[in-house]
Amino acid sequence: MMISPAEQIRIAACGDTALTVEFGNRIDRNLTMRVVAFGNCVSAARIEGVVEVVPTYRSLLVHYDPLTISCSSLEAQIRQMLGRAAPAAAGGRSWTIPACYEGPAAPDLDDVARRTGLTPEEVVSVHSEEPYFVYMLGFLPGFPYLGDLPAALELTRRDSPRTRVPAGSVAIALRMTGVYPLESPGGWHLIAKTPIRFFDHRRKTDPSLLRAGDTVRFAPVSYRDFETLSRDVGAGNFELKPDGGSP
Amino acid sequence: MTAALAIDAPGLMTTVQDAGRPGYQYAGVPVSGALDTTSFRLTNIVVGNDANEACLEFLFQGPAATVEADSVRLAAGGSGACVELLGGQTVVIGSFQSVRLERGSRFRISPLTEGGVGYLAVQGGLEIGAVLGSRSTYMRGGFGGLEGRALRAGDRVFLAQASAAPGTERYLPIRSLPVPDKFRLVMGPQDDRFTAEGIATLLSGRYKVTTSSDRMGFRLEGPTIEQTAGFDIVSDGIAPGAIQVPGSGQPIVLLADRGTTGGYTKIANVISADLPAFGRLRPGDSVMFEKISREGAEKAAHAHGKNIEELAGLITDVPEGGLSAGGNLDENLLNQNLVSGVFDAHEP
Repeated sequence: MMISPAEQIRIAACGDTALTVEFGNRIDRNLTMRVVAFGNCVSAARIEGVVEVVPTYRSLLVHYDPLTISCSSLEAQIRQMLGRAAPAAAGGRSWTIPACYEGPAAPDLDDVARRTGLTPEEVVSVHSEEPYFVYMLGFLPGFPYLGDLPAALELTRRDSPRTRVPAGSVAIALRMTGVYPLESPGGWHLIAKTPIRFFDHRRKTDPSLLRAGDTVRFAPVSYRDFETLSRDVGAGNFELKPDGGSP
Repeated sequence: MTAALAIDAPGLMTTVQDAGRPGYQYAGVPVSGALDTTSFRLTNIVVGNDANEACLEFLFQGPAATVEADSVRLAAGGSGACVELLGGQTVVIGSFQSVRLERGSRFRISPLTEGGVGYLAVQGGLEIGAVLGSRSTYMRGGFGGLEGRALRAGDRVFLAQASAAPGTERYLPIRSLPVPDKFRLVMGPQDDRFTAEGIATLLSGRYKVTTSSDRMGFRLEGPTIEQTAGFDIVSDGIAPGAIQVPGSGQPIVLLADRGTTGGYTKIANVISADLPAFGRLRPGDSVMFEKISREGAEKAAHAHGKNIEELAGLITDVPEGGLSAGGNLDENLLNQNLVSGVFDAHEP
């Protein structure tokens, strides 16, 4: 994959501690893949003074320490890196996520079916047949913005957000689906629940299950299997691995 | 034998904070850490700690505690925070001044008089495990510090050091830190989404810190900032001090516990040199802004770093016979509270 000419890319200051590198201005997984690949380049370059990089839909935020590196020097190094060919697109991992779309695990399923004119069974099959791309993580530790949700399920957010969405809730809004890794307030529609921990602060090397650029598919499981899996995950007897042992 | 502070009254939003948890924003983990890093560092230095050692941070009203250690050396600092020794005659130890206390001593932190946030540092630091490389409390995520939450009465905060090291008490002769007349901004990254008038409004208007402010950010109230084409952007990363303008046209300045990403236009960023003073503001305070170049911001960052070194260099022994206390106690401030109000309607 080639990074396009550096002049098409906008670099803007975010105060004196971050630079944003914008590859475009829309939600497009080709842009995101470039952001992720470039983020890997910047991290691998180990530029002194760069604190961390944060990939999002179409831009990379490079946090830096202004006492260690000047913004002009950092910008010049970034432009130089943009001018070079990037390594092959980062190989995202593929995941199959067990999710229960039944009973108490799916509080908004009937409502979503009503609003979309589908049966609940159709909502489940439409949601679970599509592989989703991890555009970015944000909002909460480990919360993945997954897309694109099929147009048949597109709904605006709930009129009144819930003050408590349980951890593991699989939710939809607009053309995105996501998983709440921690209990939190939330305004998306809850159509399933997964026993898998999307965020665990004890996993020091990689606390988030997913990374931007990964691919996710939801596999429906019965409520009974959901309960069994939840127990296994809770007891530390089950750890989800990426499909096919890819990197 | 363990050394601890037994918390008799928790104060308001008293949490363990250090320099924060960088390195995991890619996974959506906020940096957290002290709101007013200047006061945080100076308070640590006064007790002989590394500048970024974990402290207790509190808003408006600090904790009251009993010493459960052979002895401790501690100091309060920031926004006029003082240590008041309880039992018998009340003795007040001024801001940024260390004091050695023996087992069984009771003390409280006086209500803050000059700002919204203060620190309590204990020599040797707190015996609290790091989570993802930091002891900072991130309440929304429920991790870091003491069980990921604010302190409660009855908690015991364990200390890394069993007793105070020998030596005289130290203090910083400058008790209160200045708040700039105007907070300096670097414009962008989405200043092109605002009209010239909108930008002029931000740079000339007076804004008040509202009660819908917390460690995530301070919501300001003032003249409405005009945008060109709505407040939605494709979500991107957020730097500390980012000024987000949602549909209301009322700015929000994002601070230590800010989310790593967001979908509102960001008109400007408060520069890093002015952010500690901004974090020290309290509801009702009014602020103004001025624009500087990013090179100017960089110079200011270096000057700020040098200023902290100079302040640290002023820290000196408390003379024999002691010092008169610096704190003016204001009981009215006891009833102030913060409402967690910074919630992004864009978020899931």
